[in-house]
Amino acid sequence: MSPMLDLRPRLRLLDAIAGPHGVDGYLEQLDPLLVTGECRAEVVGVERGTEESVTLTLRPNRAWRGFRAGQFVNVAVEIDGVRHQRCYSPACAEGRGGTLEITTKRHPEGLVSNFLVDRARPGMVVGLSGAEGDFQLPSPRPESILLIGGGSGITPLMAILRTLFAEGYEGGVALLHYAPDPARAIYRAELERLAAAHPNFHLARSYTRAPGAGEIDGHFSPLHLPQADPCFTEAETFACGPPALLDAVRGTWAGGLEHRLHVESFVPPTFVPVGEPGEGAIRFAGAGVEVENSGASLLEQAEAAGLSPSYGCRMGICHTCTCRKRAGTHKNLLTGEVSSAPDEEIQLCVSAALGDLTVEL
Amino acid sequence: MTTALPTAPPPTSLTVVDGLTTNPYGLSPEQFESLGTELDAIRGRVLADRGERDADYIRGVIRAQRGLEVAGRGLLWAGVVPPFWVAGTAALSLSKILDNMEIGHNVMHGQYEWMNDPKLSGKQFEWDTACPADQWRHSHNYMHHTHTNVVGKDRDIGYGVLRMSEDQPWSPYYLGNPLWAALLATFFQYGVALHDLEVERIASGETTLAEKRELLEGIWQKVRRQAFKDYVAFPALSGPLFVFPLAGNATANLVRNLWSFTIIFCGHFPEGTHEFSEEETANETRGQWYHRQLLGSANLSGGRLFHILSGNLSFQIEHHLFPDLPANRYAEISVEVQEICERYGLPYNVGPLHRQFGSVVKKICRLALPDSAGRVSRKLAPLSVGRKIGRGVTNLGRSVLSRRPLRRA
Repeated sequence: MSPMLDLRPRLRLLDAIAGPHGVDGYLEQLDPLLVTGECRAEVVGVERGTEESVTLTLRPNRAWRGFRAGQFVNVAVEIDGVRHQRCYSPACAEGRGGTLEITTKRHPEGLVSNFLVDRARPGMVVGLSGAEGDFQLPSPRPESILLIGGGSGITPLMAILRTLFAEGYEGGVALLHYAPDPARAIYRAELERLAAAHPNFHLARSYTRAPGAGEIDGHFSPLHLPQADPCFTEAETFACGPPALLDAVRGTWAGGLEHRLHVESFVPPTFVPVGEPGEGAIRFAGAGVEVENSGASLLEQAEAAGLSPSYGCRMGICHTCTCRKRAGTHKNLLTGEVSSAPDEEIQLCVSAALGDLTVEL
Repeated sequence: MTTALPTAPPPTSLTVVDGLTTNPYGLSPEQFESLGTELDAIRGRVLADRGERDADYIRGVIRAQRGLEVAGRGLLWAGVVPPFWVAGTAALSLSKILDNMEIGHNVMHGQYEWMNDPKLSGKQFEWDTACPADQWRHSHNYMHHTHTNVVGKDRDIGYGVLRMSEDQPWSPYYLGNPLWAALLATFFQYGVALHDLEVERIASGETTLAEKRELLEGIWQKVRRQAFKDYVAFPALSGPLFVFPLAGNATANLVRNLWSFTIIFCGHFPEGTHEFSEEETANETRGQWYHRQLLGSANLSGGRLFHILSGNLSFQIEHHLFPDLPANRYAEISVEVQEICERYGLPYNVGPLHRQFGSVVKKICRLALPDSAGRVSRKLAPLSVGRKIGRGVTNLGRSVLSRRPLRRA
């Protein structure tokens, strides 16, 4: 019996009538936001806060189930016909309804980020995933909280701050924020306002390329901690930023304090180093199998690893073996085309991995 | 393509090379190689060029189909009014044709997979016809497209019920060839639905129904859903006037069946298309594979709307060379493919629908009878009657089928 039969009669009839494309297949022709089975959002506000960044206000459709402060969502945009998806942490207070705020910065090779910085406009519709990630503000709220953010890693921390203050949080909150200079410090004005309005919020900023402009100077150092929060060892700590910052923070918390530390790596779209055929490892995520990359086609390697992916022609014609690549660089053996895009459909029989690669198989 | 290439030797005689029909136009191994390279180059160029315009195209067709379907269903709801019935049935027929041909068939080939849109993913798409999409992907994308026109492997040759090739041994059953063809055309969606079941192999005892249980279950589920929608749910919405939408839906299904049968049978069976044997194609190179697709397929000439309604299967040759390129590109590619054929001295089989389909009907009737004494098996005389092809240019509407021997490039 198909799962369809388990639904109420009214829905069964509607589904039967709208099949095989489903009600959404027709609703989206009227308005892409009317779909019920897929989360999408309309861009309702575009604010180019600094010359390098853009803050978007998104109004999700009915399929949106809300998020917890600190979590991230996947935002999908279509660029020249191709759908690209990237993770962004909403910076707004948590909740189920209302709008979402995301901020992104320009990056030399950030396809999606640059597209949003340059081309986002009100009325644009983007795809949205459900909120994901364990990096989130716990409930009940901890008694004291330390936040450490670098670059655009400030966004999930903003969500935490805004949530706390919206709730009238009375514990102590401190933020150590690292940015190149005041002009490129996202949310600078709002942070200053919050610090002025809430005596329990302590703000310490370091502008790494403008020494003297902030309360502290230089890259993260344990010496910054007492200035931000004298009782930092007691505080539930949330750190988000580039890998170097997080490594330094992890090092400081190592040796007994790890349980107080929550980190979220915030890196620009990963640039997988392009390896040679035969280098790296191939991970078949569905099966949980990892093998050394022999350089042969992914189909052959999957079979050699004992998996039985479906296949047909084995020559790139029939698309029976098409599978989603999550990450890594692959080369199309027919066309020689090399692609490092995450989350794309590839044909296993004519694709070889250049370095590490993960497929959903 | 202006690359200097070895000119094809003229097909001086219509004889066999190495005793096989694989190479009736006498291409040298180097020419096979360069044919493959040239066609790969076209493919590579289009792959790199795919973008917004292809995305807009397929979404536009989907939008038109959904609009036609809603309009058709709406008009048929009030189908008691005769003009509404006629307009509704026409709109629904068009909707089903677009859904199956230009959208379903092409999307399921993975032509739009590069867009990364789950709704246009070849593996997830389901279409408005009795055949379950996953079974179609196997019987069509893999079996038919890989083994095109290989007698014994490509089950599109006769769909297991017709005799479409001299290489299928005659039996008295085939006296009914024209009748079986008419029935297949009428109930084509069910013929396609049963395709992967290989009914004839069950009949001959090669496989059993028990082994095909899972397939059968899938077909039954899909057929039931489709029938419920068209013959129960929508008619029920019209209450006591149910008979009007019922008749309209049945007519739309019939129109789609006849149309898709006609287009599909014009793809590989018109006069001049070649068939191959398993031995001939056992170890073929990429160039030879392209060559087989070229010789085994035939195009239909017509206007833009005709091409769209045929799912661009009117560019069957281009489709078989490049089954996963977006179909809206076939028209522009066809110019280059014709030029390549010209240079290599290969036929490019194209003609208007009435002529191509006429020759298919003739073949269906001719093959109903045992091969006449005067006719020899294809393997001995590969270019016997029905295998002479001329060349021409589609867009000018010039005839390409000719009774004269091949002209030379």
